[in-house]
Amino acid sequence: MLKIGSGAGFSGDRLDPAVDLVKKIDLDYLMLECLAERTIAIAQKEKLHDPSRGYDPLLEERMYALLPELDVKRFRIISNMGAANPKAAAMKIVEIAEKLNISIKVAAVTGDDVLNKLSGSFALLENEKTVNDITHKISANAYLGADSILPALESDADIIITGRVADPSLALAPMIHHFGWDLDNYELLGKGTVIGHLLECAGQITGGYFADPGLKEVPNLEELGFPYAAIHADGSAVITKPDNTGGVVNLQTVKEQLLYEVHDPSQYITPDVKADFSTVSLEEIARDQVRVTGGSGKEKPETYKVSIGYQAGFIGEGEISYAGSTAIDRAKLAEEVIKKRLGNADGINELRLDLIGVSSIHRTSFDEYRPYEVRLRAAVLVENEVLAEKVGNEIEALYTNGPYGGGGARKKVSECIGIVSTFLSREIVDLDRKVEVFKND
Amino acid sequence: MTKTIKLYEIAHSRTGDKGNIINLSLIPYIEKDYEFLKEIVTAEKVKMHLKDIVMGEVTRYEVPSIKAFNFVCTNSLLGGVTTSVSLDTHGKSFSSALLEMEVQFPIECD
Repeated sequence: MLKIGSGAGFSGDRLDPAVDLVKKIDLDYLMLECLAERTIAIAQKEKLHDPSRGYDPLLEERMYALLPELDVKRFRIISNMGAANPKAAAMKIVEIAEKLNISIKVAAVTGDDVLNKLSGSFALLENEKTVNDITHKISANAYLGADSILPALESDADIIITGRVADPSLALAPMIHHFGWDLDNYELLGKGTVIGHLLECAGQITGGYFADPGLKEVPNLEELGFPYAAIHADGSAVITKPDNTGGVVNLQTVKEQLLYEVHDPSQYITPDVKADFSTVSLEEIARDQVRVTGGSGKEKPETYKVSIGYQAGFIGEGEISYAGSTAIDRAKLAEEVIKKRLGNADGINELRLDLIGVSSIHRTSFDEYRPYEVRLRAAVLVENEVLAEKVGNEIEALYTNGPYGGGGARKKVSECIGIVSTFLSREIVDLDRKVEVFKND
Repeated sequence: MTKTIKLYEIAHSRTGDKGNIINLSLIPYIEKDYEFLKEIVTAEKVKMHLKDIVMGEVTRYEVPSIKAFNFVCTNSLLGGVTTSVSLDTHGKSFSSALLEMEVQFPIECD
């Protein structure tokens, strides 16, 4: 049996549940999934600024928390915290281990950076455009598969740091390595991908992103336990969490996570396999324990998916609140004022206006509804920072020029990095796939 | 006999996002309600119900092995997670919009 734990579901995830997980459970592997679509483009910009940076901003903090535990129990960590610079991340970890007087071996998996391999004529997945149409490219990274991690596992490194790798592959790689699964046994790779997919968002399968008081109760969300899977060689597993932690693992949490970010459940495509989730069976076998069986897969795709980060402009936002029985009427009046002043301004293609508390989230409230308080929000995506600032300034000016009783105006401008995708052949990407090992002995 | 209920009374849901596409699972609390939902909550109904959110198409996938549905909705995030100017850029909250749908639920007669 193989035990894989999930210690982070996104870059900013809580730090303590991973520490609690490795203390309470004798894991073989701890996966840390920390790389959202845009994170790598932000990291790439950092790397250009400073070649020794460009990895996950919480890398140091997570390592200071986990390395003392790793030193005692010698589980292995697999993480995409390398972001745009896995080598620098690996060297940083060795440096931290040195300070803690811990002997460590760290493998860096590279080759996902394909910015100089893109041809301008490649079609984009999201629209009718081509790579050429994206003028301010920052990064381009191929989603590598489990096979890119295998040489690192064979190197007996304690910690494996990757850049862009498909999330479930972080868990599938140790299954392939441990059980000796063949890379063309798509049935097993499909089952392993199901388990990886269930684990990759950490707390989202143990009661996070789930609670609805009165309908779906989750105890002690403030100390949500993170999940681990006890996996068998046949690709079945039990998903559970440590005792005496908050949260819940049941049929409902597992079903929600199984379909999370899935399109056609019979075709969940990763670089490793076209996994079939539609044949998965679930069974609650004990409190906080769900057995996962079934699932299968078909041959992997011939290309890698590549996500391209680009400079998309600046988002300017402003907000102001109104309260009282006539709040909504005044918020709507303020909305009209902003629309007239900014709606036709040069360089503003789309002015987004929302009434927070009424229709900002679902763009409707289904029925007529008069809230006691409401907050007007205006937002634009424009090419330059100065124009973006105008939105917040116009909202702020409502204090003295708008309806009565406007309060709590806030304004903000942020840089916007967009993501589009294309595909690249395996041969071209695999040419530069590499594993380098760093150690302190 | 039937009574008017909202979907949240008999089912739960989670939203996921990819680009400008969202997926909404629909999972009955009691597995036998799967057949009722299959009959009533069609892709067309969901498209109509979410007309302010979903600008594209709705496709329904049935997953009988776990008694759940997956609705995939294209063009639903005002251009996509990364460049959207909406407040909930990921559409994380859209599952609760789906669960606001009113349906006629059969009730047992004495």
